[in-house]
Amino acid sequence: MATDNVASNGGSAPAVDLKRRRLLTTGAGVVGGLGAITLGIPFVSSMSPSARAKAAGAPVEVDISKLEPGQRVIVEWRGKPVWVVRRTQALLDSLETVKDELRDIESDDSDQPEYAKNIHRSIKPETLVMVGICTHLGCSPTYRPDVAAADLGADWLGGFFCPCHGSKFDISGRVYKGVPAPTNLEVPPHQYLSDTRILVGADGGQA
Amino acid sequence: MSKVSDTMAWIDERIPLTATWNKHVGQYYAPKNFNFWYYFGSLALLVLVIQIVTGIFLTMNYKPDGDLAFKSVEYIMRDVNWGWLIRYMHSTGASMFFVVVYLHMMRAIMYGSYKKPRELLWIFGMLIYLVLMAEAFMGYLLPWGQMSYWGAQVIISLFGAIPFVGDAITLWLRGDYVVSDATLNRFFALHVIAMPLVLVGLVFVHIIALHEVGSNNPDGNDIKKVKGADGKPLDGIPFHPYYTVKDLVGVVVFLIIFFAIVFFAPEMGGYFLEHANYIPADPLKTPEHIAPVWYFTPFYAILRAMPDKLLGVMAMFAAIAVLFFLPWIDRNPVRSIRYRSAAYKFILAAFVIAFIVLGYYGMQPVTPMGTIISRLCAFIYFGFFVALFVISKNEKTKPVPERVTY
Repeated sequence: MATDNVASNGGSAPAVDLKRRRLLTTGAGVVGGLGAITLGIPFVSSMSPSARAKAAGAPVEVDISKLEPGQRVIVEWRGKPVWVVRRTQALLDSLETVKDELRDIESDDSDQPEYAKNIHRSIKPETLVMVGICTHLGCSPTYRPDVAAADLGADWLGGFFCPCHGSKFDISGRVYKGVPAPTNLEVPPHQYLSDTRILVGADGGQA
Repeated sequence: MSKVSDTMAWIDERIPLTATWNKHVGQYYAPKNFNFWYYFGSLALLVLVIQIVTGIFLTMNYKPDGDLAFKSVEYIMRDVNWGWLIRYMHSTGASMFFVVVYLHMMRAIMYGSYKKPRELLWIFGMLIYLVLMAEAFMGYLLPWGQMSYWGAQVIISLFGAIPFVGDAITLWLRGDYVVSDATLNRFFALHVIAMPLVLVGLVFVHIIALHEVGSNNPDGNDIKKVKGADGKPLDGIPFHPYYTVKDLVGVVVFLIIFFAIVFFAPEMGGYFLEHANYIPADPLKTPEHIAPVWYFTPFYAILRAMPDKLLGVMAMFAAIAVLFFLPWIDRNPVRSIRYRSAAYKFILAAFVIAFIVLGYYGMQPVTPMGTIISRLCAFIYFGFFVALFVISKNEKTKPVPERVTY
């Protein structure tokens, strides 16, 4: 068609069809733009976790037979620290006492499997299994079972304290009011293989 | 015609070499009353060159790998010929970059260099500052020490505060469920290729914008308004040789200080290179006290001052974002602090003090008193912009002279 147009004008400059030009420019722009966006997808997607990163993260087994009351062990699961704490009765008693100072007492807005959504946030009251990553900005809080610690105040009943930004958690990982962390510490899926062996990262679909 | 001028003519027919030199150096007329504060633009350029050159040589021995990174830095420090010098120049350069950039920004604020017609110049400068912060942050991960690791963990987690998409964004930024080898590797790519390219591009645009509108001066008046018979500003002098020579004096003094630090205090008591970073990254244990490097601490203190996660992150980003709007927040056409009201001088002084105090508390462990003072200073920081907006509307200013003064 275009060549016909030129020919019919006998070689002189043809009249510019602005509508047609705009349509072609817009069309080329839209198609080219779509192509550019489509090309962007693989690049953006390549920055997401790779297949290998996704595959890593097998459950880990913890032997707690040597864990004394008040002690904690740290194991690595999916690159994160997971704490297993054997709590003393005194520490467990504090869970009722601190209630009024907590932000999410019943753990309604926090991450935990259904079987850990209780006051002690664990399967067995004595043994706490918890992801040791602060829900504020991802530091690993310190374990502070020392009641009335000098730096945490006389009313400190034992729990976890994040040195990065000062978030406080009780001994069940429940967050105090007035600190930057928004929710309680996360409880990972876990199950007991025996009385003294815990599997962190899998719970046989109980959650 | 001589051989030289023949060659120049040959080149000029093909590329505008002489014209470009004249426009940007040889016949770029700058006000003749530049003072001490006008050293920091050229010094920033010098540090950029130092960082690029030392950076290239560091990459020749550095390994961006979770298992090898820490050791490769120790290798550079101990076994590579002059490796310690190159690395200390790079680490000192990072801190000195922020020293000169903060002073450069202070100059622009004091003398109103962000005001019409230099709004875009200011915005490009702010973009440079933003990219510089990203560049410094990514570079700090590379030694793969404890502070590298947990600093990156905290800063990346900041994006997790964004409602709904926060977690997806942090996952994408890290490329893994935690800060890991994948994160280190991409930060290396961004630190040595992407960010420097953007930075150099922005610096180019910043200078082009400056030379289009012309340099401001400590009196904040316009030297182009008073021209001599030859059409050149009476209060202007060519950048070369006058300011190239002046800046050389600045360069010599700066390099004396720079190398005094490199040779005698490269860690600067833990402020330039933090002690915890001499321990390899341990994903299971956060150091007892973590703090970013000094140049981020004012914003970090604002983050910590807020009792809420999202609010803290928003306040921190707002503290930087508000600076972009400075040309429109300050409604007074008088540029220089020399001719502005006492009220303006007072709020500016309060702003600078609050910024420094925030910087101090951002380095300290959390204490109740520190939090209260940080909140007060954060209030002053943001209050400055509100007060400036109000005061500058009907400010009683002194008359600005037509010619520059000394």
